[in-house]
Amino acid sequence: MEYLQTFWADLPVVVQILLKIAAIMVPLLITVAYYTYAERKVIGHMQARMGPNRVGLFGFRLLGLGQPIADAVKLMFKEIIIPSGANKLLFLLAPLLSIGPALAAWAVFPFDAGLVLADINAGLLYILALTSLGVYGIIIAGWASNSKYALLGAMRSAAQIVAYEIAMGFALVGVLVAAGSLNLGEIVAAQQGNLLNWYWLPLLPLFVIYFISGVAETNRAPFDVAEGESEIVAGFHVEYSGMTFAVFFLAEYANMILISALTALMFLGGWLSPFQGTPLAGWFDWVPGIFWFLMKTGFFMFCFLWFRATFPRYRYDQIMRLGWKVFIPITIVWIVLIAWLKVA
Amino acid sequence: MNTVMNYLRSLFLFELLRGLSLTARYLWRKPFTLEYPEEKAPVSPRFRGLHALRRYPNGEERCIACKLCEAVCPALAITIEAEPRDDGSRRTTRYDIDLFKCIYCGFCEESCPVDAIVETRVYEYHFEQRGEQIMTKQRLLEIGDQYEQQIAADRQAQATVR
Repeated sequence: MEYLQTFWADLPVVVQILLKIAAIMVPLLITVAYYTYAERKVIGHMQARMGPNRVGLFGFRLLGLGQPIADAVKLMFKEIIIPSGANKLLFLLAPLLSIGPALAAWAVFPFDAGLVLADINAGLLYILALTSLGVYGIIIAGWASNSKYALLGAMRSAAQIVAYEIAMGFALVGVLVAAGSLNLGEIVAAQQGNLLNWYWLPLLPLFVIYFISGVAETNRAPFDVAEGESEIVAGFHVEYSGMTFAVFFLAEYANMILISALTALMFLGGWLSPFQGTPLAGWFDWVPGIFWFLMKTGFFMFCFLWFRATFPRYRYDQIMRLGWKVFIPITIVWIVLIAWLKVA
Repeated sequence: MNTVMNYLRSLFLFELLRGLSLTARYLWRKPFTLEYPEEKAPVSPRFRGLHALRRYPNGEERCIACKLCEAVCPALAITIEAEPRDDGSRRTTRYDIDLFKCIYCGFCEESCPVDAIVETRVYEYHFEQRGEQIMTKQRLLEIGDQYEQQIAADRQAQATVR
C-alpha cells in the first residue's frame, strides 16, 4: 500500500491526471454502452416484449448482454460515408464537437466527498457552459451534411435547446441561491441534514423543471422533434454512418447520464446517505457515499427510459409554449421566493 | 372553475403521471414474446403452407389430371401436362407449382375432386438456388408421402365442416 502511494506520488503530474481521466472515462463509456442495452430491455418490457436476448458471450445467451459489444464492433467496421455536397471538415468535426463537452463536463464532478478531478470554485458555471456548447456539434452537423432533413433537425434542436437552456439555468440559479456556492461539492454539503433537507423538497418546482428541461436538452423523447424519426428521419444525423454516427450516439447517452448525475447531485444530495438524520443512520455508515450517488443517478437514468416508453412526441409549438410560457415564469417566481426566504 | 381545475391538472402533470404508472405496471408483466426457433405458435388444421400431392393407401397417386386446380389458380402458378398411362388411366406427366407465384389461397385444394393436391402445415422451407422454387410432381409426391399421417389427420378434423 505504502509502495503504491509513493509510486503514485512519484508519477509526473500529467500522467497522474491522465490516469484520473481514464478512471472516469472508461467506466463512463462502458455505462453508455450498457445504457443502450438497458434502454432496449426496459422499453421492451414496458411494451410486454423481451428486448435483445440473443447475443451472448462465449456461447452463452446471458440475457443478450453481448449486444452492446456486437453493436460497437459493427459500427466500428462500417464505412463512414461523406455526402458529396457536404463540407468535409465540418462534417467530421461535428461529432467531436458534440462528444467533447459531454465528456469534459465530468471533470468538475464530485463522486464522493473530495473525490473530484478538478475542484474548481465555479463548477456549476463550467457545467452550464459546457452543456450549452454541445449544441454547436448538432448545428454544425446539420449544416455540414447539406441535407434538408439534417438542417431542419439542427434548427429545431437549436431552438429547443435555447428555450430550455434558460429554464435550466434559472433552476440552477435557484440551487446556487439556496446553497450559496457555485462549487458542486459545497452544494452537496449544503444539503446535509436529512432526506427532507435535500433540495428536491424545498426546490420542488425547480427540481421537476430542471429534470424535464434536461430531457429536452438531450433531445430525448418526448422532446425529440430534433430527431423526429417519423417526419425528418433522424434529424441532424441522417447523413452520418459508422463511427461518426456512433460518436453522436455516445454523446447523447453521455449527456443523459450527465443530466441524471447533475440532478442527483443538486436535488437529491449527491453522495449523502438517505438515512442521514434518522435512527438508522448508524447501520449504513459503512456504505461508501459513491454508492448512494450511483443509485440516485441510476434512478434518473431509468426515468429517461421510462419517459421514452410512455410519452408521445410533443408538437413543436407545444414544446416552445412549455419552455417559454410555463417553465421560465415558474422558475423566476421560485427564485424570487427562495431569495426572499434566504434574506428574511 | 373547470378551466382552473384543468389548468391545475396539467400543471401538476396529472395525466403524465398516470401514463407513467401504466408503463411501470407493464414493466412487471410477463412478455408476450414467442421465442420463435425454440417455441412455436400453434398451427390450425386449416393452415395453408407448403403443397403436397397425396396417394391412395395402395400407393396409387390420387391425381387424375382433371386440371381443375390449374384452371382455378388465380396466380397461374400451376402447370399440368397429361397423357394416358400404359394401363389406360389418365395421369399427369408434369405437375409444377411455382411457389414464387403461388399466393397460398388454397383454391387448388378446394377444387380438387380427389383430394390429391393439398396444402400442408409445413411453413419452414427455403430455396437456395434459382429454379428450386418450382415444385415438380416428384417433389410434391415426396412431401405428400412424408407428411401423409398429418395431412390425413387434418382432413379428418375438418371433414365435418367442409
